[in-house]
Amino acid sequence: MASPACFSSFSVPVKEKKLMEVKLGELPGWILMRDFTPKGIAGAFQRGYYRYYNKYINVKKGGVAGISMVLAAYVLFNYCRSYKELKHERLRKYH
Amino acid sequence: MNENLFASFAAPSMMGLPIVVLIVMFPSILFPTPSRLINNRLISIQQWLIQLTSKQMLAIHNQKGRTWALMLMSLILFIGSTNLLGLLPHSFTPTTQLSMNLGMAIPLWAGTVITGFRYKTKASLAHFLPQGTPLPLIPMLVIIETISLFIQPMALAVRLTANITAGHLLIHLIGGATLALINISATTAFITFIILILLTILEFAVALIQAYVFTLLVSLYLHDNT
Repeated sequence: MASPACFSSFSVPVKEKKLMEVKLGELPGWILMRDFTPKGIAGAFQRGYYRYYNKYINVKKGGVAGISMVLAAYVLFNYCRSYKELKHERLRKYH
Repeated sequence: MNENLFASFAAPSMMGLPIVVLIVMFPSILFPTPSRLINNRLISIQQWLIQLTSKQMLAIHNQKGRTWALMLMSLILFIGSTNLLGLLPHSFTPTTQLSMNLGMAIPLWAGTVITGFRYKTKASLAHFLPQGTPLPLIPMLVIIETISLFIQPMALAVRLTANITAGHLLIHLIGGATLALINISATTAFITFIILILLTILEFAVALIQAYVFTLLVSLYLHDNT
C-alpha cells in the first residue's frame, strides 16, 4: 500500500505518520493528504477534546488548573475577537 | 464614548461569520457527561450541585410537575453558566440579547399555560378571578388578571436582559472611571473598592438565574397543581 508521495523514509507511508515524525520537506504533502471532509474535521475536534480531557480533567486528583486553562483560552479568544475595538483605548497621544 | 460603551453588546461576528453560535455552545463543553459510577472531581462537583438544586426545586411539585425536571435543570444550568462566563474579561454574554431571552421565556411560559388549560380547564380559568371579590369589580378584575397573565413572559425576558446588561454596563463605567482617576489619586482607592463590591454583587447573577427559574417554577406550579 504505497502512497504516491512515499518519500525517503523507511516503509511507512507519509499519510499515516504523526506530525512530529514527518520530515520538514514532506510537510506540504502531508498536509494535503489530511482528511478535510466534515467528518474528518469533526473527528479531529473530537480527538483533540478527548486528548485534553483525559490528560487534565479525567484524572484521579484533578485540580483547578484543568478548567482554568480552558477559561484562560476563552478570555484570550474573546480578546483577539474584540481587538479592533480595544485598539482605540490604548494610552497613546495619537491613535 | 457613547458608541464605545455599547459596542461590547453587539453580536460578535468574525469576518462576517456569526460566531455567536459558538459562544452560545461553549458552556456545554464545561459540563462533561458522567460515564462511571464514581467520576472525576469536576463531574462529581457538578453532580452534587445538580442534586442539591433539583431536590430544592422539585420539592413542591407533584408527579405531573416533576416531568419538567430535566427542562428546569438544564435551564438553570444554561443561564447560570452563561451569566458566570460573561463575568470574565472581554467575553460576550448571550443573555444580554433580548431576542434570546424572549426565545426562552415565551415557549416555556406558553407550555405551562397550555398544560394548565388542557388538564385542568376550569381551575386554570378560575385563576382569572381571585376569591372573594365584590360583584361590581369583577369585569375590571378579569381584565387586569388577563393582562397580568400575558405580561408574565415579557417580564421574565426583560428582567433577565435588563439585569445582566445593567450589571455589565456598570462594570464598564466604573472600571473606566477608576482608570481615569488614577492620576488624581485620593479617590482611586475608594473607587476601586466600589468596583470590587459591585463585581461581587454582580456575581449574584447566579441569584438571578435562581429568580428566573424560580419564577418559571412558580408559574408552572400554579398552572398545573393548583
